[in-house]
Amino acid sequence: MKKIVFLIFILVLCLQGYSQGIFGGKVTGSFQLDMQVSREDSVIGSQNVSEKFLSNGFANILYTNGDFSAGIRFESYLNPILGFAPQYKGAGFANRFASYKKDFLEITLGNYYEQFGNGLIFRSYFEPNLGLDNAMDGIRIVARPLNGITVKGIIGKQRYYWDDIWKTDNGLVRGGDVDLALNDMFPFMANMVTRIGIGGSFVSVYEKAPVEYATINDTLYRLNIPENIGAAAFRLDVSHKAFNLFAEYAQKGQDPNTQNKYIYRKGEALFLTAGYSVKGLGISVAAKRIDNMNFKSRRTELGNMLSVNYLPAITKQHAYSLMAMYPYATQVNGEMGLQADVMYKIKKGTLLGGKYGVDVKFNYSRIHSIDRQQIDEKTPLYAKGTEGYTSDFFKIGDDLYFEELNFELGKKFSNDLKTTFMYSYQTFNPIASGHEGFPFVYANIFVLDGTYRLAKTSSVRAELQFLFTDAQGEEWATGSWCQATLEYNLGGKWFAALTDQWNYGNETGDKTHYYNVSIGCTINTTRIQLSYGKQRKGIMCIGGVCREVPASNGLFATITSSF
Amino acid sequence: MKKILILLLGITFAANIMAQDVKLPNVSVKTLDGKTINAQDFSNDGKPFVVCFWATWCKPCLMELNTMAEYYEEWQKETGVKIYAVSIDDSRTSGKVLPLVNSSEWDYEVILDVNSELKRSMGVNNPPHTFVCNGKGEIVWQHASYALGDEQHLIDVIRKITVEEK
Repeated sequence: MKKIVFLIFILVLCLQGYSQGIFGGKVTGSFQLDMQVSREDSVIGSQNVSEKFLSNGFANILYTNGDFSAGIRFESYLNPILGFAPQYKGAGFANRFASYKKDFLEITLGNYYEQFGNGLIFRSYFEPNLGLDNAMDGIRIVARPLNGITVKGIIGKQRYYWDDIWKTDNGLVRGGDVDLALNDMFPFMANMVTRIGIGGSFVSVYEKAPVEYATINDTLYRLNIPENIGAAAFRLDVSHKAFNLFAEYAQKGQDPNTQNKYIYRKGEALFLTAGYSVKGLGISVAAKRIDNMNFKSRRTELGNMLSVNYLPAITKQHAYSLMAMYPYATQVNGEMGLQADVMYKIKKGTLLGGKYGVDVKFNYSRIHSIDRQQIDEKTPLYAKGTEGYTSDFFKIGDDLYFEELNFELGKKFSNDLKTTFMYSYQTFNPIASGHEGFPFVYANIFVLDGTYRLAKTSSVRAELQFLFTDAQGEEWATGSWCQATLEYNLGGKWFAALTDQWNYGNETGDKTHYYNVSIGCTINTTRIQLSYGKQRKGIMCIGGVCREVPASNGLFATITSSF
Repeated sequence: MKKILILLLGITFAANIMAQDVKLPNVSVKTLDGKTINAQDFSNDGKPFVVCFWATWCKPCLMELNTMAEYYEEWQKETGVKIYAVSIDDSRTSGKVLPLVNSSEWDYEVILDVNSELKRSMGVNNPPHTFVCNGKGEIVWQHASYALGDEQHLIDVIRKITVEEK
């Protein structure tokens, strides 16, 4: 607390100094406040909120003066809105830092965010809408000593809700990364058509070993749990004219933890993307294999907090709500999958393209389990204290986790009318939402979306969505759905929207209407939105990470602003 | 309560002193062909430029960029404006940025902000968020969200700057 008051004091001093012309310096910031009043509704399962009113808020203030910058973030969860972890309850300064950049060096003290490569072994980031923040607290140094060379070093501990992390036994995270852009380093490569980048990183987490026992073949052993867990990754990035290739491979040392049931198998991850693209056509293919890659700065932690690494899901991130009803989440214990995207613009003036051209997008993804075999006949899979399993790298596991095919057409009929049609076929294994051993959900989903310009700066948008499925009788599978949305925008300032999501195909429960009315106003960077209605229980996914949101029924208001 | 008061104090001071000539922050980002560039070096030969935050999964962002693409040639002829389209896609979707940009036939300067460092330091809450910088690189206008027609406000702002700076 003392430190924070001191920081504010310095900040204020700098500001006053500015007005006297001694210091330069600018202040920018952003603010968001969500408020919720939810009532009980037994049909949709929304619970009574005893405090009646819930709110989440945060404000960032950033001070920049030439090469120096400093910032603080105040957060309040009074009390956390539905769907946020109750541990967030409270208010205070959750983040503060000071940073200095001079010549080739950048030094950050306090809280910082960073990512090495694709994040396979290290990513620290902030996603306030999902309640995710694994900010580091410590020191970060970034050096760019020569053209094309970036070296990063990090040390610190990760945020855990409001805990005073320096008083906990949570792991200490240390790491470094080197990134080389060869074409920028070597003058003779500067003008080459082929661009090559290579990089490597290393991360180690130190956490005291707990006392753990395991019974292996009828003998009780005390486990020798490593206190330092290391991970390394290498990457290669090549582009040549219209082609590009990106590959990253990571390995992690023995890391018995709760998520992997205390097995000693090493972790491994491979992430590959290749693409070809020219004007009017883009193709991209991605492949991924993950094997035992849960990496947290606390062995016993499950869920989204204290993640040291980030394992992106290689499935499409949907923007329409019924398409996102069955979202896939990366299975950190092991998965392998493929994704392909083709995007094409049918030229204007052709038979199919019409007057304005047509955008065609195709996407396919399929994710499987990895191959897992018993280490010997006597030891079952995932036996605590053993290697856990063996796996053939190239063999695809028997379990399908997720499969999806998407097709999208974007057609403009005139300068005033634009439409999108989208179709999706999804095969969803409930294991992706943590429900193992349940029947698959097969769904056909259709979306039609049209925007019509009424005047120079006002428009209406209408959206129709259908989800057809036979899956019934589970919390996540309640038959078919349809949704209609009507939205009106006026002068770039005001908007009003009406949505009804109807579970008309529910044969085992109520055919509930999830209606919602919202109005909002945007003035420059300030946006105020007020909604009333019902929200379905389900998974909300932003930025590739998913969070369960409970059913709610009532009023929701959001204010965002930045300056 | 004490903390809230301190915060309010901070905001008040900040608001009082809010300078007009805020420039882009000293943050490194990448271009589509892997070059590292600093946001401070975004420029347009003394003419105004636009910095537009977007993501491949953000519908209103795509509508904004597609709509501006229809007028971009016209706007460039008239005002010389340049558009930086900063993608905040993380490693899940950043591989789709290049194919999407090419297939959509956008002529913007496309920038990758893979771990949202620039987004955070410019106070962007959610995409789309659009900034207009004058010929000196100072932020003179910003707007969060996009609805069809907002591009008309944007070009009006750019026209005004162009006239003022002449």
